Amino acid sequence: MADMNALLEVRNLSVRLNQADVIRDVSFSVEAGKTVAVIGPNGSGKTTLFRALLGILPYEGEIIWHRRARFGYVPQQLEFDRAFPLTVRELFLLKRPRAGFWLPSESVSALIQNALNHVGAEHLVNRRVGHLSGGELQRVLIATALFEKPDVLFFDEPTAGIDIGGEVTVYKLIEHLAEELKLTVFLISHDLAVVSRYVDQVLCINQRLLCSGAPEKVLTAEQLRALYGSEAAVYRHEHEEEEGRRGHHGQPL
Amino acid sequence: MIALAAGLLGIFVVSRRMSLVADALSHVSLPGVSLALRFGFDPFFGALGVLIFAVLGIEGIQRRRPALRDTLVGVTFTAALAVGILIGTDEGLLESLFGSIEKMDRATALSAILGGLLILGLTAVNFQRFAKITFSSEIAASEGISVKRSNLLFLLLLALSVAIGLKTIGVLLMGALIILPAATARNLSRTLRSMTVVTLMVAAADVLLGFRVAEQFNLLPGPTVVVIGALIFLVSLLARPVEQHFHHAGH
Repeated sequence: MADMNALLEVRNLSVRLNQADVIRDVSFSVEAGKTVAVIGPNGSGKTTLFRALLGILPYEGEIIWHRRARFGYVPQQLEFDRAFPLTVRELFLLKRPRAGFWLPSESVSALIQNALNHVGAEHLVNRRVGHLSGGELQRVLIATALFEKPDVLFFDEPTAGIDIGGEVTVYKLIEHLAEELKLTVFLISHDLAVVSRYVDQVLCINQRLLCSGAPEKVLTAEQLRALYGSEAAVYRHEHEEEEGRRGHHGQPL
Repeated sequence: MIALAAGLLGIFVVSRRMSLVADALSHVSLPGVSLALRFGFDPFFGALGVLIFAVLGIEGIQRRRPALRDTLVGVTFTAALAVGILIGTDEGLLESLFGSIEKMDRATALSAILGGLLILGLTAVNFQRFAKITFSSEIAASEGISVKRSNLLFLLLLALSVAIGLKTIGVLLMGALIILPAATARNLSRTLRSMTVVTLMVAAADVLLGFRVAEQFNLLPGPTVVVIGALIFLVSLLARPVEQHFHHAGH
């Protein structure tokens, strides 16, 4: 089973929060440079899985990174005090060594502009982080997550609706960046159409790992019904041709 | 020096909405002071001991029951104030409450300055870490920052500054010295860096002006410093809408 190219191996991972199992006995492995989508209904443990992989949460079982990996993380909903007078520029500068924060050099300013250019947010550089809209904040967070050249990017529910200049969606951007920077990308998504188009591997989670593999193998009507219960209809509506009756088995959530 | 140290810490106290915690810490030092006075050792160490104990308590509560923090902090610390008064001797206690800077001897002054420098230095070294956690502890943790350890250090620095305040402007007013400069600066600044610079300037202005006024009108220096600080804060509130207006015009 041991994969020579594996970047990450997870064995029998369980996470308990407030005496309840959020994730139970999950095992999988991921190769370097792949884009992996984690799917599952609300409250199924997707974000918890991310946080365990990032080392933020205590867990049981094993999480083995085969190479030293630098993480970039774009959380789903960032709650922070909007009155905190941090500017977009300063958010980048916080990642620099001390002197670089107080007296940034010209070259760093250029790097920041460049990073913001990538996500079509160059005009936001002097805005306060607390004054950004949801979409703007997400773009800025992507840019900051990529600023220190991570090897692995974790992205919790990219907003599919964000246009980054013209037709380029957040997913196109991620695909492009993953290729250019040779990133391994983990993303949590509800948009199965996107998942099937952009990712190499899918992990279906509902407390336990229900499926894992390439999207064309995993995203079958049967699998989805087991994962989402009746919600699977959404996906079928868009992509499956027939597969008539709606399944009544599987727990509705 | 102490005002500068307190002011710098205050940036994060205000930004993390922990004003109540800072205030409560100044109350909780009282039982320590009372005990120290009863048993005849330096109130500074009595206060510091109790404060460190309290800080560890807050940390524990915060980790297990984050929602309870405000309530528990409020209840425990008013209770601490009451206990402090009950077991205390009045004269020494009053001095700790409102400070006795005019009676301060050379050695105390020197140790207060050294303590202030220590706080200033450690806060400056950890500034970016504290700022990252204030913005998002989640992202900070994903970058490998130990949020738990940083928060503990932050609270310990807060405790130390309150204990030092005991000898100078008094514990009751120390909370004000921590919060007022940063709150004032936030009204006047557009960036975190300018807020920091303005905080330090306001802290210095509060103290210098406060002492000058106290001397002039023969008032207690501690409370005068705080009243001056509050007045400057009020002025900064008035200045705020102007700043925002200007900001919009710039777009």
